Amino acid sequence: MAITLQARGLTKIYRTGEVVVHALRGADLDLHDGELVVLLGPSGSGKSTLLNILGGLDVPTAGTVSFRDHDLTNSDEARLTEYRRRHVGFVFQFYNLIPSLTARENVALVTEIAANPMDPADALALVGLAERIDHFPAQLSGGEQQRVAIARAIAKQPEILLCDEPTGALDSETGILVLEAIDQVNRELGTTTAVITHNTVIGSMADRVMYIADGLIARTEPNPERRPPHELSW
Amino acid sequence: MRALNTKVIRDLLHLRGQVVAVGLVIASGVAVLIMSLSTLEALQETTDAYYDRYRLAHVFAGVKRAPDRLADRIAELPGVQTVQTRVVKYASLDVPGFSEPVTGQFVSLPEQGEPLLNKLALRTGRLIEPGRHDEVVLNEPFAQAHGLLPGDTLIGVLNGTRRTLQVVGIALSPEFIYSLGPGALMPDDERFGVIWVSRDALAAAFDLQESFNSVTLELNRGINPEFVIPRLDAILERFGGIGAIARADQLSNWFVMNEMDQLATISKILPTIFLVISAFLTNMVLARLIATERPQIGLMKAFGYSNLEVGLHYTKLVLGIALVGIVIGTAVGGWFGRINTQMYADLFRFPLLLYQPSASAVAIASGLSLLAAVAGAMGTVRRATSLPPAQAMQPPAPPAFQRGRLTRSGPGRWLDQPTRIIIRNIARSPGRSALTATGIASSVGLLVLALQWNDSLDYLARSYFFDAQRQHVMVGLADAQSTTVLREFEHMPGVLAVEPMRITSAELSVGPITHRGALSGVADQARLQPIYDDIRHAAVPPPADGLVLGTVLAEKLGVGVGDQVWVKLLEGRRPVLQLPVVDLVETYIAMPAYVHINVLNRLLKERPSVEFISLLVDRSEETRLFGKLKELPIVAAVMLRQAAIDSFYDNVVEHLMVFITMFSALACVLGFGVTYNSARIALSERGRELATLRVLGFSRGETSYILLGEVALLIVIALPIGCLIGRLLSELMAAAFNTELFRVPLTIEPSTYGVAVIIALSATIVSAAIVRRRVDKLDLIEVLKTRE
Repeated sequence: MAITLQARGLTKIYRTGEVVVHALRGADLDLHDGELVVLLGPSGSGKSTLLNILGGLDVPTAGTVSFRDHDLTNSDEARLTEYRRRHVGFVFQFYNLIPSLTARENVALVTEIAANPMDPADALALVGLAERIDHFPAQLSGGEQQRVAIARAIAKQPEILLCDEPTGALDSETGILVLEAIDQVNRELGTTTAVITHNTVIGSMADRVMYIADGLIARTEPNPERRPPHELSW
Repeated sequence: MRALNTKVIRDLLHLRGQVVAVGLVIASGVAVLIMSLSTLEALQETTDAYYDRYRLAHVFAGVKRAPDRLADRIAELPGVQTVQTRVVKYASLDVPGFSEPVTGQFVSLPEQGEPLLNKLALRTGRLIEPGRHDEVVLNEPFAQAHGLLPGDTLIGVLNGTRRTLQVVGIALSPEFIYSLGPGALMPDDERFGVIWVSRDALAAAFDLQESFNSVTLELNRGINPEFVIPRLDAILERFGGIGAIARADQLSNWFVMNEMDQLATISKILPTIFLVISAFLTNMVLARLIATERPQIGLMKAFGYSNLEVGLHYTKLVLGIALVGIVIGTAVGGWFGRINTQMYADLFRFPLLLYQPSASAVAIASGLSLLAAVAGAMGTVRRATSLPPAQAMQPPAPPAFQRGRLTRSGPGRWLDQPTRIIIRNIARSPGRSALTATGIASSVGLLVLALQWNDSLDYLARSYFFDAQRQHVMVGLADAQSTTVLREFEHMPGVLAVEPMRITSAELSVGPITHRGALSGVADQARLQPIYDDIRHAAVPPPADGLVLGTVLAEKLGVGVGDQVWVKLLEGRRPVLQLPVVDLVETYIAMPAYVHINVLNRLLKERPSVEFISLLVDRSEETRLFGKLKELPIVAAVMLRQAAIDSFYDNVVEHLMVFITMFSALACVLGFGVTYNSARIALSERGRELATLRVLGFSRGETSYILLGEVALLIVIALPIGCLIGRLLSELMAAAFNTELFRVPLTIEPSTYGVAVIIALSATIVSAAIVRRRVDKLDLIEVLKTRE
């Protein structure tokens, strides 16, 4: 299977004030076309940093990332913007919806600048929010807001969907609804998907599970049988 | 970009409180500029149109008595287009129901038809009918002050003969926009009036048949009056000419132009200061406002919006805010400008008024405000977009706080935690704290600048009307009289002291610089109207031989004590002599020059004589004295000090105060805008922190204290700085506000600082109360839920 995203020797050092944090210490990883990977690790293990670098939201201190045959590490700001705009969809733990825009408008924010977008209404229907399309974020529950965020991420039909703790702020019942949306997108659209979480249960819905610890990919385990999210519980 | 545009509009609506507050800051700067420049342009255009339409002469000349046939010779002078000869005389009036003496300036109208020059704008009634020697037309301000209408009568004492005058019309004239009695600095419409009367009647009364004593000229387009004046003077000299003057020196026009100059100064300096400060505040406030948008900027970048697109988005937001300000500012400025212009038009009694908001002012004000707004926003957007999106979306890393000397010091240990938070917050971002303090200080400074006018004008009035003048009444005589006349005045009812004065027109020159003005002859031991120096706060004795000059005149001539000045009297034989400057005195009004009264008399080859007499009067005898003065044929004018003071306050102070009030109101708005935004943005930035404190069990009051305490502490720092800024701005303004008529003695009473501080504090308290309500409503769960 072709490799969508490849990272080698990723290192990231943060300096905030007097504190120096080694968030990544030489991580290697491959994401294959159409697969769903779950990155598992405790908080502070460097998951979010890895995802941010993969998504072009941040640059590594050392190491390389390439998307297909494009080197992202040496890309300038404009190329990274282009990469995010055309190829990547993000889902954040805290949804990050624009409070002044409705669900449909939040999705349109992305589809308007995408090359080959879905209709925002279709994207919202895909995550089960056809009824709530004209609601403002403040009028939606946490799970609904996260599903708007997923719709917003997938509406541009990205090659890669990166989800950072998508269920982290939700109760398990709502979290499963969100995971179902992600699972459905991955299956129906074939979007390469990486989900980071500290919740080991979620690993069972993946094709592969990567364990992250201390800024490294400690081990990678293939999942013989992907379980549908509605069978999960925590 | 529809979704982004929707976001702009929704954000503007959502931020409406702040949009309005920032808008008000912008609006106040815009309004001041538009108000000032519109007023100035309107007055200039109206004056020009008025002069043009009613053909104000270009050259004015007085002469003792010249034969009518001279008019033809004058008309033949190169450059002269129209000649209008006439008779002009002062005479006292007796207005029914008004006990005080009134001075009338009688100006002749041709027997047939309208005058060619200095035409009358007839307000009611009609002009004089041929052969009707008892008919008069009154100047409108005078008529209104006494409620006189066509059909009424009044008494004129023309050359000693009491005549009943029939009012047939009320008119305005471009020649008497500012109608001033002899020696007066302020119009006093009750005690001085211009009266137009038939030429034959006036000539007969003053024995000037087939002669004239005033001539006015209209010149061909493009002819410099200075080219014509010497030739006219040469013709008139034999007949007792006292020197022709150009329109620029004509009394009314000179005052109008002086007033315009003052307005021009105010209109340029104040709004510039104001607009620069409002631009600075706009910039500062928007920079902070956009800083709170950092996570959204990161998010947009995460979706793949480019820096340019993000920048454009915020530019739109900021332009929206600026536009709100510009629209409000233009509306208010245009409205204030109209009120202001109307007020000046009433003061000058223009028969017409051309007003429209100044397009260039709108353009300058809008351009500068937009620029300041966009520049403020872009600095912050650039900082936010330069961060990797992942980092931008994070709340900014906890800033590095330090334990400062204050919180570690002995007494500092007793500070409670909230106070520590306040102090460390200010210490952590000294730049921002300084900007906020500067913003508040600037608005206090503007208030001080606006309010100090009152103090300075009070001081000016005190110095000029009380310290420098002690007489109650000044009497102008029809002609110079022997000093023996003084004895007659000493014996009048209620007169406590009498003092002679002579005032002649003179030309003072040093090299190529010539100043034409009054030269006052002062008697020894003058106590009622001495030569007064406001620096020494004392009277200066008149020098036996030499000149005492006002400092501004000395500056104009470029002389100091010891230098020689050529003095040419414009009376009698027009003697010329050189006199040394022996002393300089500081005055704030006009540009006086003094000599000893004996020097004047000697020069004019006259026996000791007087033209003006100052009287100190027992107020209880005033009515009897006035009755007596009205009957004396040698009295041409009576000037009351109290009337001059009232007139100063009515005309100058009151009008300036309207302007100042508008200005102060806008300065308050500015102050409110700054404090409200500072507190409101601090709330956006620190809502999470404050909510956390609430969760930890701090009360609403304690939480508000942390937020508003910081603003309060900054204000405490800002107030004295603001007073200092106000002082500096006022000095700048006083230096610029320097016309030949007025100087502003910079005076700021402590109470003015107090009022400015109280206004600033009130604006702060109001804005703090609004923000406090928001602190009370903080949604604890919501704020804490959305971020780690």
